[in-house]
Amino acid sequence: MSLVRKENVYVKRLFSLTLLLIIGLLGLFAPIIMPHDPLAIDISKKFLGPSLDYPLGTDHLGRCVWSRMLLGIRYSLGSALIIQIVAILLAVLLGAFVALKRGLIDFLFIRICDILLAFPTLVLAFGLLGLLGPSLKNVFIALIFTQLVYYSRWIRGLFIGMNEKGFIQAARISGTSGIKLIMRHYIPNLLPPIVTIVVLDIGKVILEIAGFSFIGLGVHAPIPEWGMMVNEGKQYIRQHPELMLYPGLAIVLVVLLLNHLASSFKKLGQ
Amino acid sequence: MYESTWMFCLKRILTLPFVLLGVSILTFVFIRFVPVEPAEVMLRMARVAPTAEAIQALREELGTDKPFLLQYLLWVKGILHLDFGTSFVSKLPVAHELFAKLPATIELAVASFVLILGLSLPLGIISALYKHSIIDKIIRLLTIMSISIPTFWLGFLLLYLFSLKLGLFPTNGKGTLAHLVLPAFTLALPTIGLFVQFIRSTIIEELQQQYVQYAQLRGLKNSVILVRHVLRNAIIPLTTLLGMTLGNLLGGAVIVEQVFSWPGLGRYLIESIMNRDYPVVQCYVIIIAVIYVLVNLCTDVLHRLLDPHLMMKGRRA
Repeated sequence: MSLVRKENVYVKRLFSLTLLLIIGLLGLFAPIIMPHDPLAIDISKKFLGPSLDYPLGTDHLGRCVWSRMLLGIRYSLGSALIIQIVAILLAVLLGAFVALKRGLIDFLFIRICDILLAFPTLVLAFGLLGLLGPSLKNVFIALIFTQLVYYSRWIRGLFIGMNEKGFIQAARISGTSGIKLIMRHYIPNLLPPIVTIVVLDIGKVILEIAGFSFIGLGVHAPIPEWGMMVNEGKQYIRQHPELMLYPGLAIVLVVLLLNHLASSFKKLGQ
Repeated sequence: MYESTWMFCLKRILTLPFVLLGVSILTFVFIRFVPVEPAEVMLRMARVAPTAEAIQALREELGTDKPFLLQYLLWVKGILHLDFGTSFVSKLPVAHELFAKLPATIELAVASFVLILGLSLPLGIISALYKHSIIDKIIRLLTIMSISIPTFWLGFLLLYLFSLKLGLFPTNGKGTLAHLVLPAFTLALPTIGLFVQFIRSTIIEELQQQYVQYAQLRGLKNSVILVRHVLRNAIIPLTTLLGMTLGNLLGGAVIVEQVFSWPGLGRYLIESIMNRDYPVVQCYVIIIAVIYVLVNLCTDVLHRLLDPHLMMKGRRA
């Protein structure tokens, strides 16, 4: 019985993972499979309905919505993936460093984190973007920074919790130290919770990138990021609600799959 | 037992000035990173040609030509007198305008909070009691949906459906209860999802405890066990989510206020960012940080007071 249930979790996870991989591949090969140039404006073809030539029709500037959606995978899912990977790598480096050094560096690290965590994450990101100005590069900086604060502090805690474990002390006594100790003993044991959080937060980051685009602090207008597409489509909500429906549904689908994947990771970890 | 709790509170309260000092330094330094000269922005706003002499004169007037440390001390002195500087755009004191917008945001946040508690408690309890049933599956599907939807998109869909198509609620503005329903719900939804998941798992965990079996053996009614014992224990950990909830509400409000044209702090922040009105951004960040830090302090203390396990731990240590 328990075996069947576990099998079931695997199948479900495989389903989300496969769908996400397909979406990822679509994004990766977007320039090849796009039927039209997603930035090419042709006013004479605006608001066309779905057809063989334009699978999802065209928007207010006559651009192919399907092509824009495909390229949008890169800006939404792709950006979030890069932000998460960079943030977690930096956080592991920083967290491991202060957790193993302790002393004054650790003390200062905790104080600085306390101060930075005095701002709600989104407010910190809004503030940073407000000062740096809206652009894709600055969205990356703001989100990597805010994620880094949380992750590095959390990972420091995980590492310190591990310090007490018998096998770590045994490894230390046998002379293992530095990079080898971290790579061989700490990381393999900490990987499950770290992967779960990273996957779970990719969805959160996608939503945040989209939110920034929407309030005008994110990517610039012609870039087909999904949040930006919703933003552009909102003016035509009365006549052509589908223009904001497609990119919104795409965001929901991808974030849903990521959340599902993360929750089955969590179950497996238990 | 009580001493340790008092010590804990005292320690937390003593760190407060340091955190606030850090927040003030950070906010002040952040603003200096801006690649734009404030004096130049102000001159352009006033449609004056930004010549070198004009900029220099304005810098002297603003005090931005003074040494860095002196500027910071003067700024902090101002803040302690609730003087956060003057808006570049309106030329009015920043604090005056921000405090005028604060009630609208608080109204929205409080309404959302009521919705969060009012909806997630019953949903979480039902979901836990009828674990793995069809109703639990529906609730879990809805909760995972609720944390996967972009709030601004949901806001527009709700506007489209309930205001434009059905005409049930006004599209924007504030004043009546009908104005409040859609924005408050939109703002609350992602947090409701998190709360339902959390409540469900804590109740399931509590139901497996031995004291529940013992109570059943004593012949207590299931409803009595649920209300008297299980819920009491399951609600305490919820206090740990309060800080995060406030963060979600304040951050989310920036987006939701934009969708529903709600005249609160968030909309004013975006407007000021677009106008490069840095004193307003600075003041907003400081006010939010102070509120956030104080609420987090209160929830930590509350959690400590409510949870006897933590007190015991404190005594042993």
